[in-house]
Amino acid sequence: MSAGAPARGSPWRAFAPAATGLGTLIGFLLVAELLIRIGVINRFIVPPPSEVIESFGRVIVEEHVPRRFLLTLSECLTAGVMITVFGVAGGVTMHRYKLLQQAIETWVAALAAAPVVLAYPLFMVIFGRSAWTIIMIGFVAALPPVMLKTLEGLAGTRKVLVNVGKSFNLTQNQQFWKILFPAALPTIFVGVRLGLIFALINIVGVEFLINYGGLGQLINDLAERYDLPGTYAAITFVILVSVVFFMALEKVERWLRPVD
Amino acid sequence: MSSSSPPRIAGAILTVDDVTVRFETPEGPVIAADDVSFTVKDGEFLSIIGPSGCGKSTVFNVIGGLLTHHEGTVRVAGETINGPHQSIGMVFQEESTFPWRTVTANVAFPLELTGMPKQKRIERARYFIKMVGLDGFENRYPGELSGGMRQRVSLARTLASEPKILLMDEPFAALDEQTRLLLGDKVLQIQQQLRQTTLLITHNITEAVQMSDRILVMTYRPGKVKRIVDIDLPRPRTSEIVGSEAFGRYVAQIWNDLREEASRGLRDEEAHVLHHEAASS
Ligand SMILES: Nc1ncnc2c1ncn2[C@@H]1O[C@H](COP(=O)(O)OP(=O)(O)OP(=O)(O)O)[C@@H](O)[C@H]1O
Ligand SMILES: [Mg+2]
Repeated sequence: MSAGAPARGSPWRAFAPAATGLGTLIGFLLVAELLIRIGVINRFIVPPPSEVIESFGRVIVEEHVPRRFLLTLSECLTAGVMITVFGVAGGVTMHRYKLLQQAIETWVAALAAAPVVLAYPLFMVIFGRSAWTIIMIGFVAALPPVMLKTLEGLAGTRKVLVNVGKSFNLTQNQQFWKILFPAALPTIFVGVRLGLIFALINIVGVEFLINYGGLGQLINDLAERYDLPGTYAAITFVILVSVVFFMALEKVERWLRPVD
Repeated sequence: MSSSSPPRIAGAILTVDDVTVRFETPEGPVIAADDVSFTVKDGEFLSIIGPSGCGKSTVFNVIGGLLTHHEGTVRVAGETINGPHQSIGMVFQEESTFPWRTVTANVAFPLELTGMPKQKRIERARYFIKMVGLDGFENRYPGELSGGMRQRVSLARTLASEPKILLMDEPFAALDEQTRLLLGDKVLQIQQQLRQTTLLITHNITEAVQMSDRILVMTYRPGKVKRIVDIDLPRPRTSEIVGSEAFGRYVAQIWNDLREEASRGLRDEEAHVLHHEAASS
């Protein structure tokens, strides 16, 4: 995330970016609170941040957030395993068969940009109102980045590394497993990380839409009950989960890529 | 001098015979190597020197078997090659270490392919790492090393495959002068230690004279063999001979040959630029 190394000696320097970020957020919440209190913003549409924060504990305990969280998480992980397996395999296949690549690369890229959620009725017809509808939409929405990044990583392998392999007389298989794949791995992981984020967004979205499952459904529920502070608390929770998820993936990615 | 079919030299381990390479480009065919013929004897150190763009890397790729659309033949110990040959080890002009492997794992790479047991592999790799002077860096990744160190890793990796012929394409071109001289010493030392048959491609005259038994000078476009110069300097050599009078004579002689070609290359490129400027205005 942050590019430069933290300056040594001055602790303030090291924490300045994080502190500024947090400060901006708090400032924003204070302004929102103020505008709502003096009536510039209608409190029946946007609840004051203080009430949202207050209702956090209530929502977590009364609405079984941990259980819902695990449900959404397991949907994400299932979709994650699927996009990794099929996305990497797809990217590798596209790399190996140039004709296939030329034929479908544009379509895959188009799919990446398409709002797949809108096709949820179709998925409902096929998979019913079940976790599989949710998982499959997450899967379809998140597959393209994994495929495209895998392809990009393989095709972007430096020519000289391929030549080193040839000069050592590697077989096709060895060339793939010992050179192309490891060279592409960091890029593939970027694809998987993007894919997981796409999957998370779509999964929560579909849960909300079809009112089924974990965190998305909770937001739908609370909104329907017109529990606005609760709704916003749930939304905040989802955002927090996404941020933590994102940061964890970044950590793993950096750990997978010891050097450049 | 560049007449076809040189006499078969006894003990020639590498024979390059009338190799011609033509590239089709949008601006018409480019002849990158024209009737190139020479031999390398067992244990010999031969350098190919020539101006930029004369076809040195092209010849390197043909001998290494990476470029197969050429005319003429390349024989290793009498056997005509048409693809990468086991007896030839290549060190490339560009940085070519595997960033996902440690120094040891990089150097052990060719040994892995032979199915050598792991413990033995590591031992062997250590031996070559020490030879190029990288002991202490065994567990580092290339990203943590300097450019010169990475080139030494590449060299050690190729040496570990114990090639009969070591082929190097300007391995030190991207390095600063001091590093280059020190690495040159290292290569000389290794060559003397292993009696390694070596074909070095370079455009650095000092480097070529310092290391070689013979130097092949190439012309600029089409890349032909202009002259082959015997370097009768005593071995073992170090970078110290660079100051000697005989050394200076060889450098002057080769520079003389090369200057003509290099300035022809420069004129050619200038004309090319002018031509483009005229075309685009
Ligand atoms: N794949 C290719 N397609 C078209 N032309 C090429 C190709 N490879 C090389 N050439 C041309 O062949 C000529 C010789 O190239 P080569 O790379 O062998 O030169 P070089 O002597 O190694 O130069 P340098 O010292 O700069 O590395 C150049 O004019 C180059 O433009
Ligand atoms: Mg070159």
